[in-house]
Amino acid sequence: MATLKEVKSKIVSVKKTKQITSAMKMVATSRLRGSQMAMEAFMPYAAKFAEVLGSIAGNAGEEASPLLVPKEEVKKVALILCTSDRGLCGGFNVNLIDKADKFMASELEGKEVSLICFGKRGRDWAKKNPAPIEDEYIGVMGGNIEFSIASSSGQKMINSFLEGAVDEVYLIYSEFQNVARQVPTVKQILPIPSLDDVAGGQEEDTEKSSLPEHICEPSSDALLGEMLPKNIYIQIYDALLQTSTSEHAARMRAMENATKACEDMVGELQTIFNKTRQAAITADLMDIVGGAEALKG
Amino acid sequence: MAEKLVLEVVTPQKAIVSEEAQMVVAPGSEGEFGVLKEHTTFLTSLKVGTLRYKDKSGQERYLFVNGGFAEVLPDKVTILAESAERRKDIDLERAEQAKARAEKRLADKASEVDMVRAEAALKRAIHRISLKRTT
Repeated sequence: MATLKEVKSKIVSVKKTKQITSAMKMVATSRLRGSQMAMEAFMPYAAKFAEVLGSIAGNAGEEASPLLVPKEEVKKVALILCTSDRGLCGGFNVNLIDKADKFMASELEGKEVSLICFGKRGRDWAKKNPAPIEDEYIGVMGGNIEFSIASSSGQKMINSFLEGAVDEVYLIYSEFQNVARQVPTVKQILPIPSLDDVAGGQEEDTEKSSLPEHICEPSSDALLGEMLPKNIYIQIYDALLQTSTSEHAARMRAMENATKACEDMVGELQTIFNKTRQAAITADLMDIVGGAEALKG
Repeated sequence: MAEKLVLEVVTPQKAIVSEEAQMVVAPGSEGEFGVLKEHTTFLTSLKVGTLRYKDKSGQERYLFVNGGFAEVLPDKVTILAESAERRKDIDLERAEQAKARAEKRLADKASEVDMVRAEAALKRAIHRISLKRTT
């Protein structure tokens, strides 16, 4: 059995760990709030954009933009992988990476894959992977995400798509459903799946789309051509925001569990401590009684 | 009959303006256009430039808009911009710095992509500065 001193120092160290995990939980909670606010602030823009896009996309065909046209043969695929920079958030990054891995093994088998990594965790994984890293963005996730990051990376993707350097672009991110649930998701962003999808969902719940047609300036096709790239930036930005929010939520949960585990451990150790102490006292008493008996004798 | 005209300026970061306006003048890509209530539905892209509007009390207000789109409905004008700010929120110092940086980059003649970006940055900076300076 461990000595009293050993148990005592173990208790102290577990308590310290608990302090750290509970502090991290509080930090994650407040960051989560910030992230959620950023998501909410982005909502009106995204919703309005989808609404406007939907209203002009309805009467346009594939010829409106080269971004809509699928390549005849898909050889090269770019994968945008959103993860976090920091660990200690449970299975969050593992789940995302797992999703990417499976997706590459099943859907993209035999194709040339290049990776664009948001977040250090994904980048570190990608380094050990046969797929080359095209681009990496470290120090972006988790904090304040600027829209310009989404638009510049989106611009690069669009350029390589138009030049033929990539034939398809996918986005892997963590969809934030609620604090307790984040789902790794794969989404195709290039070529743009279909205009109905872009406009879909939005049209059903807004009756406004039955409005008379807009006068468009320049032509509606030209406008559409300008809006579609923006829509890709919006999707990337949305993915970044959601991943970031998910990260904080996941960390909050992980730290909560760790704090709880620490509490349990302290309880157990305390019991051991008490038992050891009791045993020591009993042994001492036995010694004294034994000594007294010997003197008497 | 639309009772009033509401102006909304939204960016990915936040909604900048959401209030009633008597008149809105925006920098459309095909030229500046003005909107009063009961305007026909209209959709256009915007240039980098200045958005003017008269608020409920007739006070003229100015905003910098970094391109984007405008949707006009009889009772509402919605501006979707990647970034926008009210004149009082413009950081003159930052704009001056951005201008100097962009000018330097243009003078250095870097790669073509950088040139395009520098030109765009310069344009934004010039618009911000001129809007801030005019009172």
